[in-house]
Amino acid sequence: MSKRLFVKGNEAAAMGAVEAGCRYYFGYPITPQSDIPEYLSRELPKLDGEFIQAESEIGAINMLLGASACGRRAMTSSSSPGISLKQEGISYMAGAELPGVIINISRSGPGLGGIDASQADYFQAVKGGGHGGYHIPVLAPNSVQEMYDLTMHAFDLADLYRTPVMLLGDSVIGQMKEALVPNPRPVRELPEKSWAVRGKSNAEQRVVKSLFLGDGELEAHNWHLHAKYQVMKEKECISEEYETADADLLVVGFGSVSRIAHTAVAMAREAGLKAGLFRPVTLFPFPEQALQKAAARAGKVLVVELNTGQMVEDVRLSVAGAAKVSFYGRPPGAGSLPSPEELFEVIRKQYDQAS
Amino acid sequence: MQQVFRRPESLKDVQTHFCPGCHHGTIHRLVADAMDHFGVQQRTIGVASVGCSVFLYGYFDIDVVEAPHGRAPAVATGVKRARPDSFVFTYQGDGDLAAIGTAEIIHAANRGEDITVIFVNNTTYGMTGGQMAPTTLVGQKTSTSPYGRDKSKDGSPIRMAELLAQLGGVAFSARVAVDSPKHVLEAKKVIREAFGFQVEGKGFSFVEVLSACPTNWGMTPLAATARIGAEMIPYFPLGVFKKEENA
Repeated sequence: MSKRLFVKGNEAAAMGAVEAGCRYYFGYPITPQSDIPEYLSRELPKLDGEFIQAESEIGAINMLLGASACGRRAMTSSSSPGISLKQEGISYMAGAELPGVIINISRSGPGLGGIDASQADYFQAVKGGGHGGYHIPVLAPNSVQEMYDLTMHAFDLADLYRTPVMLLGDSVIGQMKEALVPNPRPVRELPEKSWAVRGKSNAEQRVVKSLFLGDGELEAHNWHLHAKYQVMKEKECISEEYETADADLLVVGFGSVSRIAHTAVAMAREAGLKAGLFRPVTLFPFPEQALQKAAARAGKVLVVELNTGQMVEDVRLSVAGAAKVSFYGRPPGAGSLPSPEELFEVIRKQYDQAS
Repeated sequence: MQQVFRRPESLKDVQTHFCPGCHHGTIHRLVADAMDHFGVQQRTIGVASVGCSVFLYGYFDIDVVEAPHGRAPAVATGVKRARPDSFVFTYQGDGDLAAIGTAEIIHAANRGEDITVIFVNNTTYGMTGGQMAPTTLVGQKTSTSPYGRDKSKDGSPIRMAELLAQLGGVAFSARVAVDSPKHVLEAKKVIREAFGFQVEGKGFSFVEVLSACPTNWGMTPLAATARIGAEMIPYFPLGVFKKEENA
């Protein structure tokens, strides 16, 4: 049996990266994710890896681009304002089909905002973020264990689909301490990186680029990327359900708020209300079909987010009219994290309205 | 009969897209010659930047990574750290390196990354149509300084080779020109020397090359080449500003 550790979510993600074989980290300090570079600045040199504290988030994402172009497992991490700066590089990596893991322990905004838990960067994460019409897989852990497990999964997805992958958390997930079982990296068959630059050694020249100027080239490239996203939608959706089998109200939430919603749903069940919880774990690809099924069964959906309403748009598109969708949001800021009791009240009111 | 002049191995046998009188072709040749000289072509990873030099991979027969505008030194840092056995160089213009990419060049240089940077200074943004660059001379008219660069509003042209020579991580920093056979031969020697620093693992090396952009200067190739000696060299003096092993 594996040992159990008691660590922060941020540390768990850094440990997951090391277990996944990541030996190159490039980052810039920003709260609330600095435990990640701090951990890796200690551990990577012991493993003959490289840690660079870059001059900026822009420098860091481009160092990641360079290391990844060489076929290495590499990552960066940051928080919302820093992720905004990285969007240029993420777009170039998506265009050049470069793998790489970006951990976003997001904070509240807009602007400098604050450092509290927030889900206000859902749109930025799942709708592309940078210029040019692309998507990257986005994973939303809700526990310290998942910070570890999903970071390893992120590296596999990145290599499998030749794409940057984002892990989207917030200060609740990054800063809280929980038990972690550091399981070994799962064995997964991955394609050979026959595209990586290496110094050509008398073989074919290799070029990593996102510039396509020939007639029809760029359109074909965009359709190629689109086809990849369709495969991800078919194969890579992950979601979790709690008490949904007989639920007549489906609460939908991801990441930190899903933990609070879980407790609220349990309270509702104790009070005799048949609420259930649906949690998207992959935000892109969004688990449309599983959600559609669960929502149609329940007939009523309540989306809870730490913002003024973002994922609710994808929920409405997925449900496609098969259930009534309502929304409860707490935009981020000090003192705005809802308690389980508060969410229970919101759930209870849904039943009041129905009767 | 002995062959005394031929295309460097590291260059492809193709036509370039460069304008008549542009010096990129000459500079490409000098860089390829230095690669051949040290026999590093097969382990070279070039980093292309944004501007007229973005098509690097079309002319050099080497592996290439394309960097976002100004970010080539950061990309090259990632490449060199990931593959320390490779020979890594960036090739950047003045808008790319001395404006949008200032943070990346300063910090890659200051970390003493074991890479070589070829910096082509033609005092303008070539690819976008001749706008004012950080190296545009005071008084020089461009498409965005139609009344001439005004020092009081636009600042003074930046002397990158001297600026970088101040940084602890820089082992070699020099400025050359390619406006005359004599200068081309000197440039060839200096670029070789810079590459030698990396080949021997002696640290960050930087060569600024003064070059002409006849199209955007609105000059004939001959007049543009003459301008380098008449106007550019007086402000951007040629020479080696730092040579310090294991900086």
